[in-house]
Amino acid sequence: MGLGFFHRHRGSTPYLLLAPGMLWLGIFFLVPLGFLIYQSLQSGSIDFGYHFNWHWGNYWDAIKGYRGEFERSFEYAGLATLIALVVSYPVAYWIAFRGGRWKNLLLLFIVAPFFVTYLIRTLAWETILSDHGLVVRLLTDIHLISPGGRVLATGTAVVAGITYNFLPFMALPLYVSLEQIDQTLIEAAEDLYASKWRAFLRVTFPLSLPGVVAGTLLTFIPAAGDFINAQLLGSPTSHMIGNVINSKFNELIDYPAAAAMSFILMAIILAMVLGYARAVGTEKLTG
Amino acid sequence: MTSVAVGLRQPRRRPLAATLAFARHHVLTVFSVLFFAYLLLPIAVVAVFSFNHPTGRFNFVWKGFTWSNWANWNAIPGIQSAVELSLEIALIASVLATGLGTLMALALVRYGFRGRGTTNFIVFLPLSTPEIVLGASLLTLFLNFSTPLGFWTILIAHVMFCVSFAVVTVKARLVGFDRHLEEAAMDLGANEWITFKKITLPLIAPAILAALLLCFAISVDDFVVTYFVAGSRVTFPIFVWGAARVATPPQINVIGIAFFVIAVTAMLGNVFLQNRRAKAA
Repeated sequence: MGLGFFHRHRGSTPYLLLAPGMLWLGIFFLVPLGFLIYQSLQSGSIDFGYHFNWHWGNYWDAIKGYRGEFERSFEYAGLATLIALVVSYPVAYWIAFRGGRWKNLLLLFIVAPFFVTYLIRTLAWETILSDHGLVVRLLTDIHLISPGGRVLATGTAVVAGITYNFLPFMALPLYVSLEQIDQTLIEAAEDLYASKWRAFLRVTFPLSLPGVVAGTLLTFIPAAGDFINAQLLGSPTSHMIGNVINSKFNELIDYPAAAAMSFILMAIILAMVLGYARAVGTEKLTG
Repeated sequence: MTSVAVGLRQPRRRPLAATLAFARHHVLTVFSVLFFAYLLLPIAVVAVFSFNHPTGRFNFVWKGFTWSNWANWNAIPGIQSAVELSLEIALIASVLATGLGTLMALALVRYGFRGRGTTNFIVFLPLSTPEIVLGASLLTLFLNFSTPLGFWTILIAHVMFCVSFAVVTVKARLVGFDRHLEEAAMDLGANEWITFKKITLPLIAPAILAALLLCFAISVDDFVVTYFVAGSRVTFPIFVWGAARVATPPQINVIGIAFFVIAVTAMLGNVFLQNRRAKAA
């Protein structure tokens, strides 16, 4: 890096600039992860207190007892991510290539709904999907659900809620990568007799892949740990691992079990992210 | 398609292609309009139900129009203090996080140093950790040190998860930054601090403002992490969560829509200004 800005003190300046922020992240992000592991290896009870004794059983119990919830978390998050991708891609494409001078306004429309608090948005879906609501009546009329059938309190409602709540995390990165594409490349493909569809498949889509990767990660990660949608729109049979962690931490005060589950959740997600990062290159992911 | 077919199709190709292009143009447009309707539907529901006059404890069925929820937005015990706490935390947390994040972004973009890759990774890590894990691990830290939960623990948590967003936002601006301006200032005899104050800071000011607003929005909306470390303090999202179990007063909708209107107005103003500036340039 050629001429440093504070070049007289180059040796220590970056560290001084980094120190406050890194200390904050170190003490309140990295150290707590250590405590989470420490907590997850404890045993005991609320009444007599928990103590550390390398109790690996917590991990076994978490996997054995809550395998369904783990699987459901990744299934719902995966489905929601896929639907969000399929739904947002055409819109991101439309804004990027046909938005003209309305681009910024249209982007604003994508972000705007998310200025209404997450929980209120989810409660609104509870109203919309409720048993006497519009959606249920419509679906009953076209015989997609039987009379007296429900949408609320099903896995479908949970996936729908998750999809909606994380849409901008998918749409915005897609838009950014599509917007950066040099249009002359697509024109060149068409000049060379590629059909529109082929040009899209061979030129546009591959060039938008960084956006697809960023969007899927930004949607999948929070979705896999979510418990609000399952709590408000689902029923106990559609609960995800987040619901279990939340109730064990905040209601049952079973800290070791909850800590073990949190750690497993994080480890699985991190492994997936790193796999992805290896495939795409870390610099692209971390910016 | 064989080559013969292509040869035969040649004369008709243009109108067919034009029709296809027209249809596809429309399909995309129609799809996008539907998409925006879907995005805005819940917001419309929240807005409409903020004028509802519910008879029971829950605000799920339309019973009649009233202004009174807006006039008496703070009539529900605890709602005003919850809103105030959320705003207070968001204000302090966004300033602190943006300050820390800007310094880190400067270091990461400006300097090659040992551990730069690791630092990038540590900044990236909170962004790829589900909120529930952030909340749970912070809670175990506070429990192990018997830290009383409340205002300070909420603030600590919010600064922690906002810092990475601030770093990413400011970094994006610094990367496309013309270093010659700074070198010119120094050549003209400005010292480092003056150069930073007069050249660097004004140039990255838009990114700092963007980071501030982003952090504010994330902080004010946060529920999961806050719920773990709040103890008995109640922020607005925690208030809504508690309400969702026992009763949902329409005042919740009033505050949600009020936030929405303020944020969208500010952003519309910004878009309008940008368009005018673009036209002028």
